[in-house]
Formats: sequence, structure tokens, C-alpha cells
Amino acid sequence: MTYHNPPTPPRRSATFDDAAMAEIRRAAATGIYDIRGGGTKRPLPHFDDLLFLGASMSRYPLEGYRERCDTSVTLGTRFAKKPIELKIPVTIAGMSFGALSGQAKEALGRGATLAGTSTTTGDGGMTDEERGHSERLVYQYLPSRYGMNPVDLRRADAIEIVVGQGAKPGGGGMLLGQKISDRVAGMRDLPKGIDQRSACRHPDWTGPDDLEIKILELREITDWEKPIFIKVGGSRPYYDTALAVKAGADVVVLDGMQGGTAATQDVFIEHVGQPILACIRPAVHALQDLGLHRQVQLVVSGGIRNGADVAKALALGADAVSIGTAALIALGDNDPKWEADYNALGTTAGAYDDWHEGSDPAGITTQDPALAARLDPVAAGRRLANYLTVITLEAQTIARACGHNHLHNLEPEDLVALTIEAAAMARVPLAGTSWIPGQTGL
Amino acid sequence: MPAFDLATTPIRELNQALHALSPGTNDRAFEVRNPRGSHAVAVGCAAPVAIAVHGPVGYYCGGMNAEAAITIHGSAGPGVAENMMSGTVIVEGDASQYAGATGRGGLLVIRGNAASRCGISMKGIDIVVGGNVGHMSAFMGQSGHLVVCGDAGEALGDSLYEAKLFVRGGVKSLGADCIEKEMRGEHLETLERLLAAAGMGGVKPLEFRRYGSARKLYNFDIDNSDAY
Repeated sequence: MTYHNPPTPPRRSATFDDAAMAEIRRAAATGIYDIRGGGTKRPLPHFDDLLFLGASMSRYPLEGYRERCDTSVTLGTRFAKKPIELKIPVTIAGMSFGALSGQAKEALGRGATLAGTSTTTGDGGMTDEERGHSERLVYQYLPSRYGMNPVDLRRADAIEIVVGQGAKPGGGGMLLGQKISDRVAGMRDLPKGIDQRSACRHPDWTGPDDLEIKILELREITDWEKPIFIKVGGSRPYYDTALAVKAGADVVVLDGMQGGTAATQDVFIEHVGQPILACIRPAVHALQDLGLHRQVQLVVSGGIRNGADVAKALALGADAVSIGTAALIALGDNDPKWEADYNALGTTAGAYDDWHEGSDPAGITTQDPALAARLDPVAAGRRLANYLTVITLEAQTIARACGHNHLHNLEPEDLVALTIEAAAMARVPLAGTSWIPGQTGL
Repeated sequence: MPAFDLATTPIRELNQALHALSPGTNDRAFEVRNPRGSHAVAVGCAAPVAIAVHGPVGYYCGGMNAEAAITIHGSAGPGVAENMMSGTVIVEGDASQYAGATGRGGLLVIRGNAASRCGISMKGIDIVVGGNVGHMSAFMGQSGHLVVCGDAGEALGDSLYEAKLFVRGGVKSLGADCIEKEMRGEHLETLERLLAAAGMGGVKPLEFRRYGSARKLYNFDIDNSDAY
């Protein structure tokens, strides 16, 4: 009798999957790590793992079309003479002129202003267009100090000292030479066409004790008018928040690993930092332990997409959220209408992330005049304003359903988690139980 | 002459008075007494006035200065004249680390020694140091001039862009992408001008050596990875 070995179907490795093998081949062929824009692409515990309970016997809801649900927020109430008043608790995150086209920066300003919120400069200084089109503009104070000057410092509405960002806590940046136009080079005091490195540490202070003195200097230069934000990546949120408060921050901006970047090593984006879901509660606890929750405002970012995400972040204790990637998508980033162009670059709409190369078909992450001209800043600004309005309405819808007349009245008790991981990170009960795993941790 | 005694006057009063100066003001000279290491003395000035600070200052004295001529009759803490735009800051004593950090213009003179990272990330400022500078000076220097009449510590000019460095004494070591360069006539003229402006006209430019960027790290090249 002849024995026939049953055929074994081809089986791909879960460890060496297509992406892992492609990266090994790419590294072997080029000898250089992969650099890209955007945030992490791996699945992570996120706001989708939380659900609102809504009103029931013990709570009554508010009427959607008659009863007011306020959305305003004031940032910088601790020390600044002139805090920033926002109509909605959704701000636009820092993105540089250089990484983005002038048209894109203008559109961000227009959209934010229409919606009643703030936008933020980036690593490259403040442009006149950006200042002119942004009713409320936060001026980032970064390690590179590209474009930093006291005139812009004084015409800003707030100052954001960037210690880190979620996509790369502990990392600096690099704007590749192909994106360095004459104007970008001039603003950064560097020759055209060279790679512009952004340091990972500030040049003139080290640690929170020094930072306290740096903040004193900035306050003195601006006559104590401007709110001082400190932005940190999602790294050690309890202690980072506590130290930022100790250093004198009016506002702490906390960016989870889903937050985007203009250009960083893929290995950095995917393997350093924590998801925002894991960061909010420790930061809130730090503020509560110091007796300063709501006095020092907490702005969180990293993967905010819709009004549910906004409401969940606020329910966990944030005062506002900040968006970057979602704002770019609202402007037109990765729009399928440019599919043929994306294909020509070897990618597809929705997956384009070579923002550092300056070939963006949507005209957003580029300094190429022809590509940049594809983005109409007025229309794009309108789209951003529409999007901001929609996610605010969505958040209000949820807040009313939970019985709250202000988004800030949302609370952790409105939430349950769908997974044990999310329950542990958000410190809310696993759905159907009263169990909050790891409740004693910081 | 308006005078501020920081033993009895908050620093905020001094800075607010300096910021409130209107064009054409008759107050052209200010005195600051008893700074006793105060931080943020005379920061954010934006008028062509003279400010004499009698005593040692703490962090960031003269920070973001524009147009003012500030003289510190004592030593300066970290970050003196950081991000200066124009004008002059003169330190009669020694300066701590980060002197002139990210400065974009103007002249910083340190008659004594400067500690580490003098001129870090300089963006157009001119710095003249009568004594020595510490390690990592002119790190990532983008433009401007650093003149050192004494010695320089380790890793001078690491990751240098287009800042020009002149050292009269020894250099303990050069940083990544920093090399010695030929001293030509135009460099000697620049050096002579800077030394004269700093009140060190007696120092001979020919005694200096020039250092600058090799420009090998200007665009990322994997073959240079050992330098990073």
C-alpha cells in the first residue's frame, strides 16, 4: 500500500509577516532605516475600546435641540494675564511651515478661526500668513529655535514649550533638503537644500529646575501676558505632568504615540511611547494630587478622529484635545481623488506617508509650488471648520445623552471599557463588571 | 539715570520699565544694582539704551536682547544673551554654560572664560571670549562668529553648519564634521573687526586658527553613520 503524505497548505508566519519581510528586504537593499510621516499604524488600545453608558434611571438626559450643552474652554488661567478663550475644546496641533506648505498653514488658520479655536506654529517659526489667518495662535518654543524671535513671541497668543511629542518622545527631527526652499531656509538661518536637523534637547536648559527659570524668562519677556504650555510625549505621564506643573506651566499638552510627525524613523514611531488612552488618567491624577486639576489645563492628542474620541478624552479628565493628522485629512490629505498620483509614487490614497519627501499630491506636505497650488486655502479652511463643527456637535450629542450641560461635566463614571487592557489604562470598569484592573498604579 | 535696586525691587518692575520705553525716550541709560544672581535680568529689551548691571547675574541675562547695550560688571549665569537679536552684551567676568545660545545677531563679549556649550546653535550672533570656552562650544552653530582668545574644550563645533570659529590657543578636540580651515585675508579682516568691537584690539588676528564645517553631514549619508 502506498502512503501519500497529505498536502500541507502554504502557511505564512505570523512573526515574519509580509510587512516584516518587506522591511528586511528594504533595509538589506538600502542600508538605511525607513523614515516616514504620520503616527503609529499598529493596532492599539484606543478610545474605540470605551463606551458611554448614557442616561438611565439614575440620570436624565438633556434635550438635544433645546437644552444647551456648552463647549467653551479657557486655557492658561493659572498665571497668564491673557488666557486663551476657545469656543470649542478642539485645538490644532503644532505643525511647521516647512513640513507643510504655506497654503496648508493658511488653511489651518482659517479653519481654526472659523470654528473658534486655536492653531499652533511648528518647528520653523511663525509666518505672517499664519498669524494673519489665525485669530488665536500658539507659538511653539522648540529645541531648534528656528525662527525664534521676541517680536513673534509677543504677537503670539500663547507659548508652547515643546519637550517632546507622541510620535517620538526623546527624539529630534530632520527636514530633508528637498523640502528646503529659499523661504524655509531663510526662516531657519540655514543654507538651501541641506538636511535641517532639529535637536532633541533644548540648548539652554536641562531638567525641570532649569525649565522653571526658562519659563520665568519667557514670562518676563512677554510681561506675563501669554499662557505657557508645556508639551510632552506620552512617556511617563504622571511624573511629566507633575514636573511640568512644578516648572510653572499654565497648560500641559500630552501627546500619545498615535500623534503624527513630519518625518521620523518608523521604528521610533512604532516602538517608543504610549497610546494616549494609557496617558490621560495618570496625568489627571498628577493634577488632582497637586490640587490643580482644571486650574492647570490638560490638552491631550494622538489619534483623535471624531466627537466620540473628544467626549471620551474629556470624560477621562482632559480640558481639551488637539488634532493634527485629522486636520490634515480634513484639508485633503490622502484624498482618493489623487489616487493616480499616489499610485505613481508607489502607494495608495489612505496609506501615503512619505511626507518628508515633498511630493505630496494633495499639496499639503510639500514646498513644491505646483503641488502646493493644488490646495485652495479658503476651501480647505472651510472643510476644516466643517469638520471641527461636526466633531463638536457629536461630542455635545454624547454629553447631552449622559445628562451634562457642558462637555467638561463628562466624567469617568460615564464610561465602561470593552477590554481588560482599556479598562486598566482608562481606569474605568470593564463593561458588565465593577472591575478596574490595576487601580492602585500611578 | 533710572536706577533699579534689585535688593528691594522685583525683577518684573525692571523688565516692564525697559519694555515700556517709547521711541525717542530721554531715558538712555539705566543702572541695575544688587542683582545678586537674579534670573532674567534685562530680558526682551527692544530699545537702544545702555544698561549697566553692577554685580553677578543668574540665568538668561539679556535674553532676546534687541538694540540695547548691556554691560554686566560681574559674572553671568547660564544662557547669557540667549537668542540675542542685536545690540551688545558685555560680561566683565566669566560666563556659565550656553552663553549666546541660539543668538541671531548682535555682539556678546565675555572678558573672562565661558563654560560649556558657548554659542550652541548660534544663528548669526558674534561672540568674543577673552579666555577659554568649555566643551561642545558652537554645537550645531548655524551662522555668526565665535572668537576664543584662549583655549577650547572637547568637541568644538560638533555638527557645525556655517558658523565660523577662531581660536588663538589650543583645541582639545574637534567635534563631528568640524575641521581646521585656511585663514585667508577676509577672515583676518573679520577677526580684526570683531576683536576691535570687543575692545580687544591689542590681540593679533594672526595668532588665531580658523575652524569650520566640513559639510559632510549636510545631507544624510549612511556611509557617515559612524559620525552620528
